[in-house]
Amino acid sequence: MSTQAKPRISMKAVLLSLLVLLANIAVHGLIFLFFRDSTLNPLLTAVFAVLWGVVGIYQIYYSFNWAVEQYPEHVRRKVLPYVFVGPATLVLGWLLILPALRTLYLSFFNASSDKFVGLANYAAIFTDRLLATALRNNLLWVFVGTLACVSLGLLIAILADRSSYERIAKSIIFMPMAISFVAAGVIWKFVYYYQPGDEQIGILNAIVTFFGGEPQAWTSMLQPWNNFFLIIILIWMQTGFAMVIFSAAIKGVPEDILEAARVDGAGEVKIFFGIMIPYISTTILTVTTTIIVFTLKIFDVVMVMTGGQYDTEVVATQFYRQFFMYRNFGYGSTLAIVLLIAVLPVIIINLRQFRKQGGF
Amino acid sequence: MVGRKKRKGNKTVVNVVLGIICFIWLLPTLGLFISSFRPAADILQTGWWKVFPHQEWKAGETVQLSKDVDLREPIEVNGTTYTDDQLKAGVTEGDKRLVWENRRARTINMQERGWEVKPDFTLDNYKNVLSGKEYKLKLGDGSETVQKGTGLSQAFWNTLTIAVPATIIPVLIASFAAYAFAWLRFPGRKTLFVIIIAMLVIPIQVALIPILKDYTALGLNGSYLGIWLAHTAFGLPLVTYFMYNFISQLPKDLFESAFIDGASHFTIFSRLILPLSVPALASIAIFQFLWVWNDYLVSLIFIGNQPNVQVMSMKIADLVGSRGNDWHLLTSAAFISMLMPLTIFFLLQKYFVKGLMGGSVKG
Repeated sequence: MSTQAKPRISMKAVLLSLLVLLANIAVHGLIFLFFRDSTLNPLLTAVFAVLWGVVGIYQIYYSFNWAVEQYPEHVRRKVLPYVFVGPATLVLGWLLILPALRTLYLSFFNASSDKFVGLANYAAIFTDRLLATALRNNLLWVFVGTLACVSLGLLIAILADRSSYERIAKSIIFMPMAISFVAAGVIWKFVYYYQPGDEQIGILNAIVTFFGGEPQAWTSMLQPWNNFFLIIILIWMQTGFAMVIFSAAIKGVPEDILEAARVDGAGEVKIFFGIMIPYISTTILTVTTTIIVFTLKIFDVVMVMTGGQYDTEVVATQFYRQFFMYRNFGYGSTLAIVLLIAVLPVIIINLRQFRKQGGF
Repeated sequence: MVGRKKRKGNKTVVNVVLGIICFIWLLPTLGLFISSFRPAADILQTGWWKVFPHQEWKAGETVQLSKDVDLREPIEVNGTTYTDDQLKAGVTEGDKRLVWENRRARTINMQERGWEVKPDFTLDNYKNVLSGKEYKLKLGDGSETVQKGTGLSQAFWNTLTIAVPATIIPVLIASFAAYAFAWLRFPGRKTLFVIIIAMLVIPIQVALIPILKDYTALGLNGSYLGIWLAHTAFGLPLVTYFMYNFISQLPKDLFESAFIDGASHFTIFSRLILPLSVPALASIAIFQFLWVWNDYLVSLIFIGNQPNVQVMSMKIADLVGSRGNDWHLLTSAAFISMLMPLTIFFLLQKYFVKGLMGGSVKG
């Protein structure tokens, strides 16, 4: 079958696929303009927009596939994969890869991006007192936050595994994962709320005054300890993530190994450190990496709780401030690149891990 | 037998310790939840735990002192003397507490300790935060002020309009790509895939500035399409990775028989792969949906000040910034924004958990 002469590409097919391409651009362009200028009521706009987003994306694939099917088999086989991966590649290329390169480029320019300044921004960053604070805080976040999330997650997973109400307990610990950082910020602002006097409406100060202590403005006055009070929010939100994954891993530890160890007289603590930890070490590594990456990029909590004031600035909030408030594009870009450099080792570890797993 | 008994004893300890941890974990949310139903004046005056029965000093008998008592001198009440400062703060005397009722009129109240519950609950906070209309607010000292509502209901619809397509678009794009990576052979396949995986850990801050420039040039800023595309790009690496893990594990014969029957790749994908991947699609979709729903940074940058596209997280962050002490608004607004994620969480917990694990531990 395949030895036959390859059929020629018909002119009609080329024209049709061109038409499909143009029609797609025209239709979606028009719909876009309609939404930009429309003054429909919000509910109706919402319904139409959702319809467009959902139907539109399927229609794009459908029409391009249809166009490709107009070609003979040997062409189709070569082109079709690119129809399938094309949109993903385009979106990623345009909105992630190119921007990363452009940010790198911008970081060598001055505030208004019109004069090449070489490494001046980088030099400025590392002599800046504010950045020193931000870096110190980021380190604190990564170190304290990750350590606490991982160890607490592991502890709770093990406790839950042996308790009589595992499901409920896990749901409770995991629940904050579903809450936005902004909402969590409000929740914790309320916990930390401070007003002078004996009557406190924030529970932390209420507890402190109940035991005869002085109420504190936890997130603004107590420097540098206020950072820890912000990190507690991260721990509250992310421990559930670590717990769920550890819990699954622990259940994967073969029961007969544990039984054998128990018969040999090993205590629960020894079993935990001697068998469980080594058995789930890859999981621990993955969870740790995920949380490290996450805490390196921390933004929302700080932004909502303190806005970066009182020495709680982190690199991401610094970046936001430099770029969107001071319009210092070069400096802002440099900060973004510093973040990227900070996660680079993690990218490499992840890729290596992925290859080891036989991903490719 | 001894071993078993010992472990049973441990179990009580485990249950208690875990119970305490769970209580601590729940406490912050519980406080927010209860507060959001309390009248504005109550929230600002007393802690939310006061809605539970507790002991409190209640007003009792009033003692009238002679009008010309000198406040700088020790003040005699029923045979004992106190200072003015003591009476300002309140002094406990046996089971009574003495405190100024009206310092100028020289009256003292003998408070008595008793059980009390604050049972006042209201839906006003929710009403006021959802609508954009003006409303009257009664303060603790009895005075009234007029405040403007927050208009959160519009933000709710905006968030939904952004979140639904921003979930479906990346999941569909990623599934198509994952199918091609797993089952089609084409040049550049490996390189492309590795690049996508590497994107998993890129901080999105790196991409924001150039995207913003492009968006401004194209008029995409503050538009639904712009924000969908941004969320699509930022979610795509993880979703592709996840869907690849699933689709590449499907049995090979499945495709071969369909292919022999003359089905095209597109047909196989939409008639076979998508239905078979429903569990995976559901779990990653929930995850992406929650991510978009809860997002703040991306919206903050690509929506900016456009008031009619603002999402809830931005509205709430604004509230925190501008009216940080209006707890009646903050608590109810935060709870409204949590409603959707929490509902999804409790209904589809199983899938949500699966989605998390697929993204982070595989093999």
